[in-house]
Amino acid sequence: MMTASANTKPNAPTAAAATAGAGAGARPRRLPLAGVGRRIGSVLVWVGLAALVVAVLYPLLWMVFSSFKDNREVFDSPWGLPSQLRWGNFAKAGSAGVVRYFTNSVLVTSASILTTVLISAWAAYGLVRQRIIGGGLVLGLLLGGLMLAPTVALIPLFNLLQQLRIFDTYWALIVLYTAFRIPFTTFLIRAYMIDLSPEVDEAAKLDGCTPAQTFWRIILPMCRPILVSAALLQALFAWNEFVFALVFISNGDLKTLPVGLMDMQSRLLTDWPVQFAGLTMAAIPMIVLFLIGQRQFLRGLTDGIGK
Amino acid sequence: MHVLNRWRSWVWVLPALALLLVFVYYPIVENLRLSLYSWNAFSAHPVFVGLDNYKTAAEDPIFWRALRNNTVFAVTSLVFQVGFSLVLAAVLEEFVHQRLRGILRTIYFIPAVISITVAGILFSFLYNPQIGLLNRALGALGLVSWQHSWLGEPGTAMWSIIAMSQWQSIGYTAILFVVAIQRVPREFYEAARIDGAGRIRSFFAITVPMVREMTTLITILTISGAFLVFNEVMVMTAGGPSNSSQVLGTWLYRNAFLNDDMGYASAIATVIFFITLLIGASQIYLSRRRRIEW
Repeated sequence: MMTASANTKPNAPTAAAATAGAGAGARPRRLPLAGVGRRIGSVLVWVGLAALVVAVLYPLLWMVFSSFKDNREVFDSPWGLPSQLRWGNFAKAGSAGVVRYFTNSVLVTSASILTTVLISAWAAYGLVRQRIIGGGLVLGLLLGGLMLAPTVALIPLFNLLQQLRIFDTYWALIVLYTAFRIPFTTFLIRAYMIDLSPEVDEAAKLDGCTPAQTFWRIILPMCRPILVSAALLQALFAWNEFVFALVFISNGDLKTLPVGLMDMQSRLLTDWPVQFAGLTMAAIPMIVLFLIGQRQFLRGLTDGIGK
Repeated sequence: MHVLNRWRSWVWVLPALALLLVFVYYPIVENLRLSLYSWNAFSAHPVFVGLDNYKTAAEDPIFWRALRNNTVFAVTSLVFQVGFSLVLAAVLEEFVHQRLRGILRTIYFIPAVISITVAGILFSFLYNPQIGLLNRALGALGLVSWQHSWLGEPGTAMWSIIAMSQWQSIGYTAILFVVAIQRVPREFYEAARIDGAGRIRSFFAITVPMVREMTTLITILTISGAFLVFNEVMVMTAGGPSNSSQVLGTWLYRNAFLNDDMGYASAIATVIFFITLLIGASQIYLSRRRRIEW
């Protein structure tokens, strides 16, 4: 399909090839040199990849190590392992607010996963299988919703939530996390449902199922893989969301982790190990969830972004 | 009866649509209206002032600095999250043995799953002149004159924030490129090898054009992300020192909720809205043009 455009780039790589030391562009004519260049090139590549691993992991390891140190050790031996495991730092961080923020985050995140995934799956099934008057318009509104940014809606939402009397409650966050993620999640699930065979619906209808029964008993279980992906991505979003949590929650007891941690930073100031412990406690759940559900995560990302 | 049945099917999309209209579309439209008024959180009667709030923006040097910071953010992010990530993805696919490749991909992706707040605070510690590793590393290398109070100096604050953001996002976009590269038929590379093309030549002649669709998409996402940036700046500097790292999002926040000038903040929000609208429209335009080309 695109081979024509593949041939339009002429000799662009030769200069780059020489400096990068790979020498691959001219391989057939300069055999002996090319072998050396090739080896240097791959050494450079490996050094680069390893350096990137260090750059990515070391700050995180520093965070974990420092959360076991005491203040003195943070200053005197910042690079190495802690001399002993001081779990007390985690207890202190916990009672300084992390446990409360953590609970709030779990609550808001799980509630919004439930509402977002169910409402989106319900809508996706309607769009794929039920012939809806103005279905195209609905799709257009969903597509537009993908592009609208939370910051632009911030000030009117400030008024709206107060009028609805849900300002400064969990509901403010749950409702907004659902509304702003419905477009993405619906498209994600819809793309999966389109590939399901319509015969399943036909069979269910013959067995006397109403569309709603078909949805709950047959379609939803069949969509499990994509629902897991959708739930994971919603978890990532809700767990990390910051703007809404900052503006619409002012009660310290209701704050979620991202905003709570920022508060804690200004409260604890130079109690470094406890601060590090708080960061570690906030970061671990998502890293673990990602390592366990990596495949579902990536499928959600690439399917959601590609269609 | 038949028509009634078809209207009844709206029950499927109604919950989603209602939430979307009330909490996403209505606020955006309302914001356009509010930007024409002068008001604060406590005033009972907003005063209509026409385009005055936009005039204020045009004459506000901090507004322009914020816009410039967003632009710098976008350009830097393009270099790293599109340019560098594409090369990284190609290298992973080309050089690295399959099992190790999976491990590296996982490692590079990890920063993307921790929250911006955690990453931001962590980096503000890294940059900290008292405990931070960055100044110590520079000191150990004998580069004492390069040491800075990274987030405390107007000259370095914005760049330090941008650097943190690259750390968090490179792995994420690289994974998206990996997926795109894996969709390229292997025969193309075989054919190129038989023709005597090396790896670098293949990269420019095959990989780059074949993943163009993903490149466009990531470019759009990166640019719009850079103009919406808020969390990173809020956590690390809150726009300071002396407004040097202010971006549109934080300037909006400051005017709305600290300076209590809601009208002006709405005007800034409208500017952000039109910038993202422009970016979104260009994506639709680009993807449509490509479809015709195919």
